[in-house]
Amino acid sequence: MSVLRTLPLVVVFVPVVVACLLAVGGRFVGRAAPWIALAGPLFAIGVGTASLDGGASGAVRWLGVGETAVRLGYHVDGLAAIMLLVVGVVSVCVIVFSIGYMRGDRGYVRYFALISLFTAAMAGLVIASDLVGLFLGWELVGACSFLLIGFWYERPEAAEAARKAFMVTRVGDAAMLVGMAVLWRATGTLELDAILGGVGALAPSVVTVAAVCLLLGAVGKSAQFPLHIWLPDAMEGPTPVSALIHAATMVAAGVFLVARTWPLFEASPEARLIALVLGTVTALGAATIALPQTDIKKVLAYSTISQLGFMFAALGVGAWPVALFHLVTHAAFKALLFLSSGSVIHGSGTQDLREMGDLRSKMPITATAWIIGGLALAGIPPTAGFFSKDEVVASVLQAAPWAGVALLAASVLTGAYVARATRLAFFGTARGAKEVHESQWTMTLPLLVLAVAALSLGLAGPMIARALGAESEALSLGIAAVAVGLAAAGAIGGWLLAADGGRREQALPPAFARMWGMVRNGYGFDTLATNVAVRPIAKLARFIDEAVDRAAIDGFVEGLAVAVRRAGALLAGTMNGDGQSYTALLAVGVIVLLAVTVWLVR
Amino acid sequence: MTLTALIALPLMGAGLVLIVGRVRPSSARVLALATASGSLLLTVLAVTLPAAISTPASAAVPWLLRADGLSLPLIGLTGILGVVAILASWGETRRAASHFALLLALQSAVTTVFLADDLILFYVAWEAVLIPMFFLIGVWGHENRRQAAMKFFIYTFAGSALMLVGLLVVVFTTGEVRMSALTAASLAPGTHDLVFWLLVAGFAVKVPVFPLHTWLPDAHVEAPVAGSIMLAGVLLKMGGYGLLRLALPLAPEAARAAAPLFATLGIIGIVYGAFVALAQTDLKRLVAYSSVAHMGFVVLAIAIGTPLALTAAMLGMIAHGLTAPLLFLLVGQLQDRTHTRELARLGGLMRPLPGWGTVFVFASLASMGLPGLAGFPGELVTVLEGYGAFGWWMVAVAGGIVLAGAYTLRAVRLVAFGPLPAEWAALPDLTFPEALATVPLVLGIVVLGVWPSLVADTVAPVASSIAHALGVG
Repeated sequence: MSVLRTLPLVVVFVPVVVACLLAVGGRFVGRAAPWIALAGPLFAIGVGTASLDGGASGAVRWLGVGETAVRLGYHVDGLAAIMLLVVGVVSVCVIVFSIGYMRGDRGYVRYFALISLFTAAMAGLVIASDLVGLFLGWELVGACSFLLIGFWYERPEAAEAARKAFMVTRVGDAAMLVGMAVLWRATGTLELDAILGGVGALAPSVVTVAAVCLLLGAVGKSAQFPLHIWLPDAMEGPTPVSALIHAATMVAAGVFLVARTWPLFEASPEARLIALVLGTVTALGAATIALPQTDIKKVLAYSTISQLGFMFAALGVGAWPVALFHLVTHAAFKALLFLSSGSVIHGSGTQDLREMGDLRSKMPITATAWIIGGLALAGIPPTAGFFSKDEVVASVLQAAPWAGVALLAASVLTGAYVARATRLAFFGTARGAKEVHESQWTMTLPLLVLAVAALSLGLAGPMIARALGAESEALSLGIAAVAVGLAAAGAIGGWLLAADGGRREQALPPAFARMWGMVRNGYGFDTLATNVAVRPIAKLARFIDEAVDRAAIDGFVEGLAVAVRRAGALLAGTMNGDGQSYTALLAVGVIVLLAVTVWLVR
Repeated sequence: MTLTALIALPLMGAGLVLIVGRVRPSSARVLALATASGSLLLTVLAVTLPAAISTPASAAVPWLLRADGLSLPLIGLTGILGVVAILASWGETRRAASHFALLLALQSAVTTVFLADDLILFYVAWEAVLIPMFFLIGVWGHENRRQAAMKFFIYTFAGSALMLVGLLVVVFTTGEVRMSALTAASLAPGTHDLVFWLLVAGFAVKVPVFPLHTWLPDAHVEAPVAGSIMLAGVLLKMGGYGLLRLALPLAPEAARAAAPLFATLGIIGIVYGAFVALAQTDLKRLVAYSSVAHMGFVVLAIAIGTPLALTAAMLGMIAHGLTAPLLFLLVGQLQDRTHTRELARLGGLMRPLPGWGTVFVFASLASMGLPGLAGFPGELVTVLEGYGAFGWWMVAVAGGIVLAGAYTLRAVRLVAFGPLPAEWAALPDLTFPEALATVPLVLGIVVLGVWPSLVADTVAPVASSIAHALGVG
């Protein structure tokens, strides 16, 4: 273990090598691909475990002139170690799960190569000791996400979703780049230790601008309002990918970024307030949208957005270790829920909740796993979600009561949507046409592992706090009781709503149905974004191309050429053909130039 | 010695290819490839062994050459692209020997531009570059090749005529033709502005700086694949090289005064090029406009003028010199199969062309400036240093970076992803020579992206001295 502690770069290099091997030797690897791909995440677990109390660091000069240089380094502190453990464990579960889930796919090896590359990039992101390395990993996980959302590239929805995800997050990334430039000018370095250690010496306005820019990057990556619109579409990717990238790790990178650069946020109340407002709005808004969804993955997608909102709210009130605690438990129970839904989709052939029902009798292991994940998501004791969510709600209530109340309302909705989805999928009468079967052991085993984590990680709170160098929060019993009661009440409401296999929803009055439809469409925010951003930009691009580039600029050039040619032809006294007039033009030109030169230097 | 050989070898190869091509046309391409590979080997030697390039200024050397940190990366790039261009036109059947001979002659001329220490030689080589390129476009190009070749020729010739005046002013007022002996102090104070703007006229057309770019898309669209590779890869770099080599060091005060204008034009180029690329319906035209955007970064970096930014300008040129040729190569390989470049008619090509599609997606990500690949280091440093020099204008640059994603991903979406039209279902994937042509570029893109110091450390001393002359180092 001590070897792993001193050589943490294996968490990047091993999966990169694996990805290259799979990419090049794909046809020889065949069904061994997933087993080879396990190497990277296993090293991540090893290094993470060995470095919980702090690990190695190092840096090299990457690019520079003289003293001014951009350095690239790594530092495995407690925060990085925790993230490595999350990435490693979830990756292992997802890779094993994918053995069965992706069997027979023509892109089988490509899939595991991309997953391996993703784990390398994610590991690089979390162990980076400077903003360049962090940004490198940050963009590469985005590229892997793009390629994995578009894994089934022939489907127009998948191709479109991949592009949308990359573009929307890139808006945040561009802001992050500006933030890096602001810090570069102010401090002359991008190394985190140097920047964060010298925050006190920076002008408050500089700190706020930098923090807000970085926050925008985090908002894009973690799908917070108003850049949340890519994540629901990202569900077009294979479900294990949704579990790994779009639930447990990459989307949580925004929370990690804020935690990593915390001193900047500590010094900027404005940036914290933005995080709090956006997080609270997202937590509550996305929870409402999750309620009427009919696609099991869309429920989980909006749920993820909402839970990330909880974390951002915690960041906004300064409780970053609590946000990290919730990140860890959420990674476990949301990966569990996603993989369970993958098992459901695999076993029942549909992801439409209306076509499911009574799956519990045919898929008992999957149903149990889902229910454990659902209880954790709703924050019901003694699951892990109960402990971390209680800490989030308690810290927010204490610092900003209005936001705390909004989070409690979001908890009610969380209980409701998870109960509704659970009843529609696993209880009632079977509505599907297809013969349902329980999934094979390679798929159910990861579910069991994650279920154990979702049940027990609540006890890891003190350990996580210690690794982060923070005080562990005591359980706020009063708030916990209120929160659990509210979640349970919401769950009962959601359960009742899902009666008769969803027919009760359809029987509600028309005014309600209209609202229900609008909420299901995410309040039409997607259409709004298309109308105010995407279309006008495309229109402007066409205008610039036609009116400015072709007509004005090139038209001027061509017009000038015609005029000169006519003048040249006149001077030469002939009008017989292009070749001659060009020759004449050249001759005239050379003579004029020589004359000018001689005059200039006379 | 080596430097002279770098120029002489491809030129002699060109002559040999012409002669052999008369007798045995099938051997022409093999001979051309051998020559280009030999040149590449020599280039590697020159770049890695400083001793090989220390040219004694004796009477035995009929002209003056030199290779410093500005030249070395660019002759390295030229050496790589020389091989790639020949592999890219491996299947050429129309007057193949002449085609390969012109490519080698072009390589020789471009190498001379980057190595010349003599102003007259520099100018002769500069114009000599036009001739093979003119014929490559005019003879082997597509439908509107004649008009495009003429436009390319006249436009750049008009620019270089002004440059010639500038060079003559320098030569006549100082009595010195050696670049290495010239400094800002050698020029009479009154001539600085004049020299600067005359030189810039030639260089800015070549880069091209907005709004002098409209020859570029036409030339690219009509050029044969090897022509596009050389045009995007090295010919545009002559403009940036000229700015760094002559315009800035000879007239630093004029350059400082012009910096805000250049920065503005560079930023416009970044955003404008991206917007226009977003509107294109022809894949090759899209790539051509992406060149305008990428060279905008180079112009901006030169305007910033700090040692690191000037280094970034060179990084940007080398990165673009690897990425754009790879994209043009891929577009050429695609057109050989589909005989169309219309985005609306393409789609889903990942399925029949997995090898081509993978490299296309890779090249697109590189063109977007994905970290870890060649484009990123230069763009990152330009934004970092640009904020210090021009402040919030970097927000516009960041907007350009977002738009770069938009047009690139649009191309990927419309060409490689999505449903596959039935007419393309049976297309054959890359042949061995086609795949081989992509290899040096792919490797170069990864190496430069991971380890930019490879180029940066070579450029740094020269960048520092230019910046020092500018008064910002």
